[in-house]
Amino acid sequence: MTTDPILRLENVHKSFGETHVLKGVSLTIQPRDVVVLVGPSGTGKSTLLRCINLLSPPTQGKIWLEEQEITAPGVNQDKVRQRIGMVFQDFNLFTHLTALGNVMVGLTRVRKMNKKEAYDLAMLELDRVGLVDRADHYPAQLSGGQKQRVAIARALGMDPHVMLFDEPTSALDPELTGEVLEVMQQLGQEGMTMMVVSHEMGFARRVASRIVFMEGGYIVEEGPPDQMFDAPRNERTREFLNKISSFEDNGQGE
Amino acid sequence: MQEFLELLGNVVPSLLQGTVVTLQLAAVSLALGVAIGLPAGLGRVYGPRWLQRVIGVYITVFQGTPLLIQLFMVYYGLPDVGITFSRFAAAYLTLGLNSGAYQAEYLRGALQSVGEGQMTAARAIGMSKGQAIRSIILPQALRLVLPTWSNEAIAMLKYTAVVFLIAVPDLMGQAKIMAAKYFAPIAIYMIVAVFYLVLVGIAYLILRQVERRAQIPGLTGEVE
Ligand SMILES: Nc1ncnc2c1ncn2[C@@H]1O[C@H](COP(=O)(O)OP(=O)(O)OP(=O)(O)O)[C@@H](O)[C@H]1O
Ligand SMILES: [Mg+2]
Repeated sequence: MTTDPILRLENVHKSFGETHVLKGVSLTIQPRDVVVLVGPSGTGKSTLLRCINLLSPPTQGKIWLEEQEITAPGVNQDKVRQRIGMVFQDFNLFTHLTALGNVMVGLTRVRKMNKKEAYDLAMLELDRVGLVDRADHYPAQLSGGQKQRVAIARALGMDPHVMLFDEPTSALDPELTGEVLEVMQQLGQEGMTMMVVSHEMGFARRVASRIVFMEGGYIVEEGPPDQMFDAPRNERTREFLNKISSFEDNGQGE
Repeated sequence: MQEFLELLGNVVPSLLQGTVVTLQLAAVSLALGVAIGLPAGLGRVYGPRWLQRVIGVYITVFQGTPLLIQLFMVYYGLPDVGITFSRFAAAYLTLGLNSGAYQAEYLRGALQSVGEGQMTAARAIGMSKGQAIRSIILPQALRLVLPTWSNEAIAMLKYTAVVFLIAVPDLMGQAKIMAAKYFAPIAIYMIVAVFYLVLVGIAYLILRQVERRAQIPGLTGEVE
């Protein structure tokens, strides 16, 4: 069975003034793919995610979301972002709203649902991440792991076609990463297309359909986890994955 | 003592009238200040460059010159260019414009201290910039600015006292009239000071309650 890609990047460049960060990234993501993006710090992983949902559009190159070229002039970027969920390293929950409010605000303001519909769906999404009993807690009253799960529920509420995760567990205490990774794994199993920047190699092995290794603004190598971990073609890939895997074995991983 | 009580009996009715005027001035000027300061603060942060500049000039002028000169300019100066105001209109307008400048500046600070991540997260779920400002940034900024605006409200109760110089019969204006009438300026100004103290005290208590209501649980210590 051949399917149309859900996301397609063609020669994407991104510069900030003089700094050339992305130097021609091409990538195709099929529905239900879980792509784990790894690479050294400062390589442009976050920049790539922010290009994809047009928070900071590419300076050159094209991106297609399903059949639409979202980098074309005149595209409604707000509508595009609705279809691309994003989860941040530092959660970015709306501090003045409860967990429930965080999920509802997009439903009422962006999806224009009425209060009742929004409430019902928001509770459903909170249930998906196991936080119904924290619905009326404010972000400052939640643990890091709970915050991140609310952030995931908030993104899911918009009914995204793709989810982007930018180091979703890096800001968490080690004992809290499990609950977030579990939710993400479950999402993957439900068939959500995901692109995850993460150095959780255990998660990558278990859940990823593909691992993409980026360095210096390029994709160096990509492939299924087995191949990338056990038989990488590129020397740099092997070095890097070895390094972060051994960190993790020593319990020092992010 | 007998004498003082007699004086008190004579001046209190007028001073109460003056108090009503002072409260009116403060309330209307603050409302006007919010009506001006809110859009001005937003425009200063999110508006186009030219608008940011214009608002910047407005703020600088009103923060950088004495209130009394502003009042005289409006009441005595503007008629020269064909714009005439009643005493009250001039008082409201000057105090409102002055307060608006301060409130705009305080709001700017609050808007800018709402983390960048809040805007990013709002845009990421598909909100337009306007929607994000309205539903996410502004509600947080208003909570942040509330204590400062409360101080502004309290200060306003006292700033209003300048208007007696254009013969508006506020608390201060009545004090001046009474002082001249009963030849007891010290006693009367002390009574008036107590009036102001009571007004400020009441305003303080009310505003503290408002602030408590607006607190976000968990963020600034639990609200019981
Ligand atoms: N808004 C910006 N303005 C200027 N330079 C930027 C901006 N955003 C990112 N950069 C630069 O782009 C480069 C890549 O940054 P990016 O955050 O994408 O890296 P990363 O791969 O996510 O790294 P990390 O693992 O540390 O998160 C860095 O050198 C950074 O300084
Ligand atoms: Mg990053």
